[in-house]
Amino acid sequence: MENVVQKINNLSIGFRSQKGEEISILKNITTEIKRGETVGIVGESGSGKSTLALAMMGYIKHGLFTTSGECTFNSNDLLKMDGRALEKIRGRKIAMIPQNAGQALTPNLKIGYQIDEALRLHTDLNKIDRDKKISELLNKVRLPSPETMALRYPHELSGGQQQRVAVAMALAGTPELLLLDEPTTGLDVTTQAHVLELLKFIAKDTGTSMVYVSHDLGAIAQVSDRIIVMYAGEIVLDGPVRSVLKNPIHPYTFGLLKSIPKLSLAGLPHSMPGSQPQPGTIKKGCSFFDRCSLSEEKCKLNSPQLEYLEELKTSVRCFKHKELIETKNKENVITRNDKKVQINEILNLTDVSISYAKQKLLDQILNRFTDDNPTVKGINVDINKGETIALVGESGSGKSTILKSIAGLLKTKDGNIKFGKEKILQPDVKHRNPNDLRAIQLIFQNPDESLNPNHTVEQIIAQPLRLYFGMSGDELKKNIIDILEKVRLGEFYMTRYPRQLSGGEKQRVAVARAFAAKPDIILCDEVTSALDVSVQAAVLNLLQQLKEDFGTTYIFVSHDLAVVRAISDRVAVLYQGRLCEIGPSKNVYQTPSHPYTEVLLGAVLEPDPDIKPKLVAEDIVEDRPPEKGCSFQGRCPKVIGDICKNETPPWIKADNGNLIRCHLSLEELRK
Amino acid sequence: MFFLIIKRILLGLITLFIVSLITFAGTEVLPGDACTTYLEREAYGAALEACYKRLGLNIPAHERYLSWAYNVIQGDFGYSLSGQMPINEVLGPKIKNSMVLASASILIGIPIAVLLGIITALWRDKLPDIIISTIAIFSMTIPEFISATLLILIVAIWLEWLPGIVIVPTDVSFFELLPNIILPVVAISMIMTAHMARMVRSSVIQVMASDYVQMAILKGVPYWKMVFKHVLPNALLPAINVVALTIAWLLGGVVVTEVVFNYPGLGRLVIESISNRDLPTVQALAIILATIYVGINLIADLMTLMLNPRLKTLQIRK
Amino acid sequence: MENIKQNPKSTSAKILEVLGTMASRPSGLIGLVILIFHVSLALLSPYLAPYDYKAIDPTLMLQEPSSEFWFGTDSLGRDVFSRTILGGRIALTVTFFGSLIALFWGGLLGIFCGLVGGKIDDVVMRIVDAFLSIPWILAMLLIVSLLGTSIEVLIPALGFFYGKGIVRVARAATHDVIAKDFIISARARGHSNMSIIWNEILPNVRDAILVEGAMRWSWMLLGFSSLSFLGFGVSPPTPDWGLMISNARGLMSFAYWAVIAPIVGLSTLIIGINLTADAFAKALGIDRSTKAPV
Repeated sequence: MENVVQKINNLSIGFRSQKGEEISILKNITTEIKRGETVGIVGESGSGKSTLALAMMGYIKHGLFTTSGECTFNSNDLLKMDGRALEKIRGRKIAMIPQNAGQALTPNLKIGYQIDEALRLHTDLNKIDRDKKISELLNKVRLPSPETMALRYPHELSGGQQQRVAVAMALAGTPELLLLDEPTTGLDVTTQAHVLELLKFIAKDTGTSMVYVSHDLGAIAQVSDRIIVMYAGEIVLDGPVRSVLKNPIHPYTFGLLKSIPKLSLAGLPHSMPGSQPQPGTIKKGCSFFDRCSLSEEKCKLNSPQLEYLEELKTSVRCFKHKELIETKNKENVITRNDKKVQINEILNLTDVSISYAKQKLLDQILNRFTDDNPTVKGINVDINKGETIALVGESGSGKSTILKSIAGLLKTKDGNIKFGKEKILQPDVKHRNPNDLRAIQLIFQNPDESLNPNHTVEQIIAQPLRLYFGMSGDELKKNIIDILEKVRLGEFYMTRYPRQLSGGEKQRVAVARAFAAKPDIILCDEVTSALDVSVQAAVLNLLQQLKEDFGTTYIFVSHDLAVVRAISDRVAVLYQGRLCEIGPSKNVYQTPSHPYTEVLLGAVLEPDPDIKPKLVAEDIVEDRPPEKGCSFQGRCPKVIGDICKNETPPWIKADNGNLIRCHLSLEELRK
Repeated sequence: MFFLIIKRILLGLITLFIVSLITFAGTEVLPGDACTTYLEREAYGAALEACYKRLGLNIPAHERYLSWAYNVIQGDFGYSLSGQMPINEVLGPKIKNSMVLASASILIGIPIAVLLGIITALWRDKLPDIIISTIAIFSMTIPEFISATLLILIVAIWLEWLPGIVIVPTDVSFFELLPNIILPVVAISMIMTAHMARMVRSSVIQVMASDYVQMAILKGVPYWKMVFKHVLPNALLPAINVVALTIAWLLGGVVVTEVVFNYPGLGRLVIESISNRDLPTVQALAIILATIYVGINLIADLMTLMLNPRLKTLQIRK
Repeated sequence: MENIKQNPKSTSAKILEVLGTMASRPSGLIGLVILIFHVSLALLSPYLAPYDYKAIDPTLMLQEPSSEFWFGTDSLGRDVFSRTILGGRIALTVTFFGSLIALFWGGLLGIFCGLVGGKIDDVVMRIVDAFLSIPWILAMLLIVSLLGTSIEVLIPALGFFYGKGIVRVARAATHDVIAKDFIISARARGHSNMSIIWNEILPNVRDAILVEGAMRWSWMLLGFSSLSFLGFGVSPPTPDWGLMISNARGLMSFAYWAVIAPIVGLSTLIIGINLTADAFAKALGIDRSTKAPV
């Protein structure tokens, strides 16, 4: 048997623009996948990595076409095969595990049918053997009670379970090559770590080659033997995992690695200027030229070729890689230059409970509100002026719900929110006075949704200025330009519409709109989650800079513990709407910590193959908090018995000032 | 699930109740009443009094509504003014005739529409799609009375293939009736079929672009199997409701077409009773047509409920 | 003053841009050309008509098309050409203003329902549904037979009955928009409801409502001409396509021209409006083929 499963030779794929121009989105890709090897393909959105993965199955999306090259699987060119021949290979020899299994499973067909379909197509098994095989596969991907699972419809499963079904389906044939297109993106951190663990096990167990496509270097580092880095449709670096991650000799990879926040380091990551060029905009020269700190004249004029370096077993597309061999990837971050936070409360949450339950008619009439088990319960937090406090947790932890209540968009059921020392904020935004409204501003996760597509940047930023300060005319314009400059956008952005901006620029506009109100507190709801890594670093740095300039207080909601580590002073960990732990961020990231914090920290994927995640708890999905006792009782690896089920755990204070809500003693927590 | 069905049925009944209110109020509020409009210039003195008394118009409106509604629920629509006979007797044969026409149009129209929709979607932007879609735009925009008139002119008058107007009594056998209803059925189903075909087309195209269809291709599912197992069930499900609305729209077309072909159905009764100011009959027609509309939509709703796995399992989850 | 005035220059530029996109497709271009032709014909036909449309001459009954009477004459000896070019004026006027009324009340009520949601929305939509379930033709015939067939009756009546569909579209579009983060953001900033509706919601539902209005126009034309075909539209001797077809139909085995001419007139106008509405929807990025004709 040949040692190479798939060979891609000089592959270019493009589309025709409206003007009839041919625009490449993949340029001269040459690489090969060896038998039993796991290759990670990493790149930011628009780098062409998904198109490449699909081409590896001989699939070219509607509107795209191959301009050159071939993609051979066991020495047959997939791109020249007819549909019949491809049907014999797809799902049988090469299988795909898609990004969003929830949308990739056909909604009207039961799980069992969908796996059975693949078995019928690609094996000779009879009905009884197939049923056995379905159970076996579902077992293999560690799904509970396979028999009942097979009778379910896709929408009845959680995201993690859907992803596992997709894996089982891919294993129905006996694939020689598994393609994984962002298989864990969109899953919660702990689920993601578990799915990755499963994939690693499968690669080892079956010996198939895997191609793992992702934007997430953390995930790639955990599974890959080799990493291919893509930028603007080209391979820029291709080498063994340690070589690529520990000694990145392409300036893009170097910058990318530096822009990822690390769990082990407090402080902000370095950002890369600019953003990835749109397809077709680079006519000659290196496509990374305008973002590169090492670039010189020849980079602008000549396109560098992929060059193989024997000593590193690595191919690189850069004229200046030698300079980077010497510069080892030193772990450094930008230290935050925070002013000393004074104990000076600006916001205080006392016994806050929030419920999504609808009030029954009778209760409405009697003006009472009963929900014994609200979504968010018993939140007590004091927030000091000028600090950044992070609310951390997985989906369903209630972190965004709390933000909405602070903003007055969701009424609290019990408790109150005080602004300053004395003043109780009205629970409904409609009853708040203009100054309270101005003082608290929101920034959202996805700037595509949070900016009105029909307004220009000027109109967007003018809104708070007119509303709170009654500005108009030249004064208004001058202020808009001022603010745009503060978020590093020039005056010429004023006439643009959001659709004409890149993701990072849009988020800067959203930041500018929040700061235009001269707020005291800014509520940040997953503000960097929708952005590419290099852009994320830039936005984090911008937020920190603005905070240093204006002394703003941030309440920063995120699921990403590394990002939180980079930006926050204090961290509050939430599970099912209840606080688990709160303390200065450096303490939260150390022992002793709440078992849930430990689970979360263990599941973080670092872009380093030598730091493995620690999986200490099952990734069960709970959709309701428990009626009584500790909120984490269902998943806690350290659960001690009935006391966890029946009694709300007390707050215990660690010697470093960290507060943990658990029945265990500090010593036991330290273990 | 059970509660959802009950809820839909209740909502349908509420709609019908509002319809009955509207029709009743409509005939009350608009100037003139059944007697003045019917008797016209003779509407004075004893004749008017007698008419009022006969129709019970001398008692208060809400009482009249209640007794009318009570009778309607029992299936009695009262007396027609012009025919001087129970409305039920007038309606019976006409409903039957119109039903023949409408159901023939639906039975022929829906399969053709689904087929054309699928063909145009699968051969999107290719020759079959361009031809069918262009024809669809024309047949969708031309009013029924024009297509009916043209059909009579070309097929009946110039080519002399089929009769242009329905002249046979309607209690003849099916085969005698058949040549008479071909042209009306074609005229009625043209607009409806074109609309539904376009709907199905865009629904199929949408599903073809979905992640799960791409996944099915990448799983190695053969093309036609993919179309039948993965695409069509998901594409046709949302189409059911729109098809129902289109059928309801067809009722208006039936009225016009029946007039053109001189067909003795509800359509002509509508025109006649309105020309004759026969308000009780108009009320009865409104209720009957609205019931058909609500019924069709209810069936579509229930079908969607039955076929959609998401809704089917709602009960289990809760 | 928190309202942001739309820059007038950008609005007219946008209209030009949309028109350009519409004309860039062959079907859109054809639609626009037909529509412009019909509108100009409606404006100029009184000056172009070679004969008096109501001049009856028994000696000239059912003449075949000739150099004298281009489209022949009808059963009363009237010139079909003159009547045909004049026959679209009332239909165009009634349906254009009818669509405007439909657009206005349907859009407003739809946005209102989308905004308030809850019980009020439920009740209003139930009533709208009930109106929807009475076949339009029955309702229109009833109104017209009781109130007469003047334009003052026809325009609001058509406008009312064809606005129902717009209510649904406007409501659905509003529903979609109010869940978006930029609306939540505006609410959190404390903008007044009016300002949110005016600045944030309207610009984002406008396109969908306008497209729906354009569609209603072609359907309303279909409905109006059906009415006049049934004899419940404009009263004779005013020339109107629907009425002309109805009158000439009985004699079409002898004089097909008297039927064909108004059919061509009416069909081209409806197709023109339809193609234009289609191109308009595509230019604004809205798929109208998923909608039922209700």
